[in-house]
Amino acid sequence: MLDNAGTAEVAKPVVVLDGISKIFPGVKALSEVKLELYAGQVTALVGENGAGKSTVVKVLTGIYQPDEGAIRIDGHPISLPTAQHASDAGITAIHQETVLFDELSVAENIFIGHAPKTRLGLIDIVQMQRKAAELLASIGAEFDPDVKLRDLGIANKHLVAIARALSVDARVVIMDEPTAALSHKEIAELYELVEALKAQGKAILFISHKFDEIFRIADRFTVFRDGECAGEGQISDVTEDELVHMMVGRAVNQIFPERTAALGDVVFQIAGYSHPTEFADIGFNLKKGEILGFYGLIGAGRSELMQAIFGVTKPSKGVSKVDGVIKAVRSPADAIRSGIVYVPEDRGAQGAVTGLPIFQNVTLPSLKKTSRNGFLRMAEEFALARKYTSRLDLRAASLDQNVGDLSGGNQQKVVIAKWLATQPKVIILDEPTKGVDIGSKAAVHAFMAELVAQGLSIIMVSSEIPEIMGMSDRVIVMREGRMVAELTGDTLTPQTLVRHAAGIAES
Amino acid sequence: MNPTERFIPDRLTTPMQRLLKSWETLLLLVAVGIFTMNSFASPYFLDAWNLSDATFNFTEKAMIAFAMALLIISGEIDLSVASIIALTSTAMGAAVQYGAGTTDIVLIGLLVGLLCGAFNAVLVTIMGLPSIVVTIGTMSLFRGISYIVLGDQAYRGYPADFAFFGQGYVWWVFSFEIVLFVIFAIIYGVVLHKTNFGRAIYAIGNNATAAQFSGIRVQRVKFILFLLTGLMAGIAAICLTSRLGSTRPSIAVGWELEVVTMVVLGGVNILGGSGSIPGVVIAAFVMGLVTFGLGLLNVPGIVMSIFIGLLLIGVIALPRLLTMIAARRA
Repeated sequence: MLDNAGTAEVAKPVVVLDGISKIFPGVKALSEVKLELYAGQVTALVGENGAGKSTVVKVLTGIYQPDEGAIRIDGHPISLPTAQHASDAGITAIHQETVLFDELSVAENIFIGHAPKTRLGLIDIVQMQRKAAELLASIGAEFDPDVKLRDLGIANKHLVAIARALSVDARVVIMDEPTAALSHKEIAELYELVEALKAQGKAILFISHKFDEIFRIADRFTVFRDGECAGEGQISDVTEDELVHMMVGRAVNQIFPERTAALGDVVFQIAGYSHPTEFADIGFNLKKGEILGFYGLIGAGRSELMQAIFGVTKPSKGVSKVDGVIKAVRSPADAIRSGIVYVPEDRGAQGAVTGLPIFQNVTLPSLKKTSRNGFLRMAEEFALARKYTSRLDLRAASLDQNVGDLSGGNQQKVVIAKWLATQPKVIILDEPTKGVDIGSKAAVHAFMAELVAQGLSIIMVSSEIPEIMGMSDRVIVMREGRMVAELTGDTLTPQTLVRHAAGIAES
Repeated sequence: MNPTERFIPDRLTTPMQRLLKSWETLLLLVAVGIFTMNSFASPYFLDAWNLSDATFNFTEKAMIAFAMALLIISGEIDLSVASIIALTSTAMGAAVQYGAGTTDIVLIGLLVGLLCGAFNAVLVTIMGLPSIVVTIGTMSLFRGISYIVLGDQAYRGYPADFAFFGQGYVWWVFSFEIVLFVIFAIIYGVVLHKTNFGRAIYAIGNNATAAQFSGIRVQRVKFILFLLTGLMAGIAAICLTSRLGSTRPSIAVGWELEVVTMVVLGGVNILGGSGSIPGVVIAAFVMGLVTFGLGLLNVPGIVMSIFIGLLLIGVIALPRLLTMIAARRA
């Protein structure tokens, strides 16, 4: 009964996954994995993209059925054929992109599927509102249960998801990258909430790519690698390096690529860019071979500015110059012709056409080059696609494979290949490594260094301080739609970045 | 990490494998099956002139279906096409009353079709309204104008040489309409499958935002597709009016759904993003054969529409059914 961790705990796990395997056509997503969740403890689940983390969440929440192995709750084997069964068993999940209903009220979102009923079988609205208000108060949420979800910000939506998880009297709470879209302050509030849940005796499964938060909040860890367990134990017994080693099976050089910055002439200039609501009075120069970082909190207007530069939205005023010549950029087509391209943050929705094959995605903005008089030439398309995807070490079965069948990292490679094929001068990368595992991150960074060495210029929007610090020659900090600081060399420190982004005065 | 050179083949399947697995092949088998059944069911079926007559069941609708296929693949729809025929035919009939000749009538037909398409195009692509709502509106609007102009009257008195478009034969049993059908099938097939414009249509239908972010002028492509659909409805109106020799406001009632049925039966995803012109061509033959075969057996029109409905559901459900059975076996 005593475990071998040497602690005084005699607790038995609430949930045990024992030897779970899940096979998809051609892929073994999970191979005899083991996972134990204890009451009142946070178990961090770590692993690279594609290691099987999401699959195990779906097994736990009744969406996938395991092909082998057993799920045990309090020692009793149980099967979870539907999401409802999982919910009845006290397992609830807060997803990466929260699955909630914009047009319903907060209270309705919390109680959908299990609302309190009157004797007639109708929804007891009064009681639902009251219970919702209690739940919200207990997690420190400061909004009304009858506002529509649509009117809340992303952080508050997370609170609704958490309230929903608590409303079903869950014993097991799964949090799948809950901090991915939150600001510093909101993350701190989330940590407090996790502590509160622990105190209530919930067993928490915490999935994250961010090591600092794993070490901050987790009690135990389980590492997945290629669908197998690569290690587990107490978080206090392990170092960051050891954890990384378990994840990737090799030591990852976390140092950013060394670059000897030989900057050329100014290739791109923005002056007086303003938008009625999103940003005002933006101006900067970009030199040949330079990486210019844009840092700021969520909502600082960085993505909106980049989309205006790319011609998706129209700025109310401002001038854009490439090689000193004024360019009227009214659409992405104009921007691409001027040599400016944009790799969006939202790959699925804005970057790749997932229903089309790889080669057609790569050639989409370059069709004028591969075609003759408007007629397609397949051989030219395959050649162009091959040339640029091979530079990025794309992994795919064939160039005719649909982009939707690729992993997130490889989809990103297709999007980047698509833009390189247009032979741009300036490439705008919006959160280029968001949701990307450590191994692929290093590859993206190395590739960025290679591109600027070849004379391209990069504008990089990033919310990760190590990435901004490690990659940028110069950083512009934005706050509430305005440029508040330009930092280089000695002035570029994590402290100055955070201070300017948050608007904290010099001490 | 060792950067091993990884070779990724262009394609894993041969053209033959893709053909055998395609929707078009399945549909072709259905067409052959119906053809065989028809030839056993009626001794009159396998007659060159009878078969030629049968083609009039679908040629006009299929011409619109080609443009509609492009529009649906791009993620839009035009439910006003039958009403465009009514308005176009009314305009041509009115011109005849003022003594217009055949050339003028044809030009008016093309122009009115284009203008109707442009009206839809402006509302959808410039005003940003949803096409299903816009074209349900113009469906009532365009035919409503015909009813106001004509009431329970009809326009007649089309010039004798105008009859060629709907009743003339180019060579032997080959009517002007079937020749036009073949020409449009080739043009639309090439445009959709062999040009940059066609590729843009697929990209837009799959993900309009990503297409726009890739430099495709999404609204311009959609504008052109609405214009084309209007133009094809105008051409269909010329052929149909010529064939009937008169215009009533109830002309071509219900055709919009038959055209959409033809497109969907042809394997075009109603949600956009996929489909082919060969599929629509075969679907046109299938629908024509079914109605003609049932007609030879003296099956009334109401019953025919039941058959068409069952055929559509059956053919759409078949692949799903097969995969479900395969999944259960495994």
